[in-house]
Amino acid sequence: MTRSTDNIMETIRMIDEECLDIRTITMGISLMDCADTDIDRSCEKIYRKITEKAKDLVQTAKDISLEYGIPIINQRISVTPISLLQSVSGGDCTKYARILDKAGKDVGVNFIGGYSALVQKGMTNGDRELIESIPEALACTDIVCSSVNIGSTKAGINMDAVRLMGQIVRRSAELTKDNNCFGAAKLVVFCNAVEDNPFMAGAFHGITEPETVINVGVSGPGVVRNAILKAGKNATMDEIAEVIKKTAFKITRMGQLVGMEASRRLQVPFGIVDLSLAPTPAVGDSVAQILEEIGLEQCGGPGTTAALAMLNDAVKKGGIMASSSVGGLSGAFIPVSEDAGMIAAARSGTLKIEKLEAMTAVCSVGLDMIIILGDTSAETISAIIADEAAIGMINSKTTACRLIPAIGRNAGEDLVFGGLLGEGPVMPVGKGSAETMISRGGRIPSPIQSLKN
Amino acid sequence: MRAVISVVGKDRPGILAFVATKCAERNINIVDVTQKVLQDLFTMIMIVDLPEDLENMHQVAGDFEVMGDEQGLKIHVMHEDIFKAMHTI
Repeated sequence: MTRSTDNIMETIRMIDEECLDIRTITMGISLMDCADTDIDRSCEKIYRKITEKAKDLVQTAKDISLEYGIPIINQRISVTPISLLQSVSGGDCTKYARILDKAGKDVGVNFIGGYSALVQKGMTNGDRELIESIPEALACTDIVCSSVNIGSTKAGINMDAVRLMGQIVRRSAELTKDNNCFGAAKLVVFCNAVEDNPFMAGAFHGITEPETVINVGVSGPGVVRNAILKAGKNATMDEIAEVIKKTAFKITRMGQLVGMEASRRLQVPFGIVDLSLAPTPAVGDSVAQILEEIGLEQCGGPGTTAALAMLNDAVKKGGIMASSSVGGLSGAFIPVSEDAGMIAAARSGTLKIEKLEAMTAVCSVGLDMIIILGDTSAETISAIIADEAAIGMINSKTTACRLIPAIGRNAGEDLVFGGLLGEGPVMPVGKGSAETMISRGGRIPSPIQSLKN
Repeated sequence: MRAVISVVGKDRPGILAFVATKCAERNINIVDVTQKVLQDLFTMIMIVDLPEDLENMHQVAGDFEVMGDEQGLKIHVMHEDIFKAMHTI
């Protein structure tokens, strides 16, 4: 067989057997021109704009998928942080969530993100109203995702917002306790949030973005794992890094091609490819299993952080040349409930929250899809958020928390979200209260790293 | 539009003829064929020219997949750009 035949068979094997796919085509839509002092009029404009701009998104993704033979799993929309519109209109903020939900469903997308506020330095009235409405907004909608940025390297950490978000995360879970606490699974608390992230639940269309944009997220943990498997047990770590780089290049090129094609057909500017290795709960599509293939008995044990650091770095190095524009979060994701290997490691007790926290220092993004005991206090949740934000702030990287308090469940029980969000066991949280620190509020001043001028 | 048809399955007489006939029926021109049997496994890659019609491409991809299933073969029809993108700089 010729070289090109081998290449063709390799691609087909990646798609058929190793779960290679495009995780999402996400259309960013600016809603700045929808702001109105009357909230109902504002909602009307939002509905009209989204259903106009994204009317062909789902069909186009389907066409490209059929034509190129690449599965495209999700189509999503991200919008301008709604707190900006709320600042103009005031009123019942959940109206925005309902109209986003309706518009998203009417154009057929899987998720719509941007029920968001950026409060790393302080909160406007609109920010506060939006944040306080999040639990209800997530409970009364199905596909709306919410995110709040509470810190950055430039601004420090807004501890008032951190305190508030602990309560909001808890309340989001409480209001959806009959539905596996699903509300909290659609809510991310960020430090150093990025404005062009195509992945949910943290996607929003930043204010520096154009009118509309197409961003693409790829997914290929299974491909990377198989490539490492083929390299054999005798390959050195630098040889493994090379294998990962080459594989990441191919995966990213596919994302670039699909993104450019979607951009051309929809006549929407192409934004970025997000290089993140996004796992799914499917067998063989796991980041944890990549680490285990590198040579760990189980993800979460000693050596995990080093293996993940190498993986994350190699993915970026391989991907960067494959795309004209890399952005978003771009790293390896470690969402516990969305990754079969992580779920197994959490169940066996090898993978603990403390280890996950260390792992987030060397990869994107953060403590993601972690199910904690339902009686965990709001202050403890706030303290975990603060810890994670501190890692992001000091290391000039994005970190996030998506914690799901399992209201009414006991240790050892599971929450089952289904689909891409998966399932997972309740994980124990470290002991000791941080109530006094959290109740202080105020700000953690911006670190010395912020003074670059 | 140029596409790649890949066929994988248990070897037996007539697979190439079967796929080629289906191509001819649809006015699909075969540009290049590579075929090999490893042990019992038949593998074939065809480079073809499809009529310039998007609907047709979707139809063809779906039809070939179904026909492949009926014959115990795995047949993919994919735009050739995907291979170029992934395997060339």
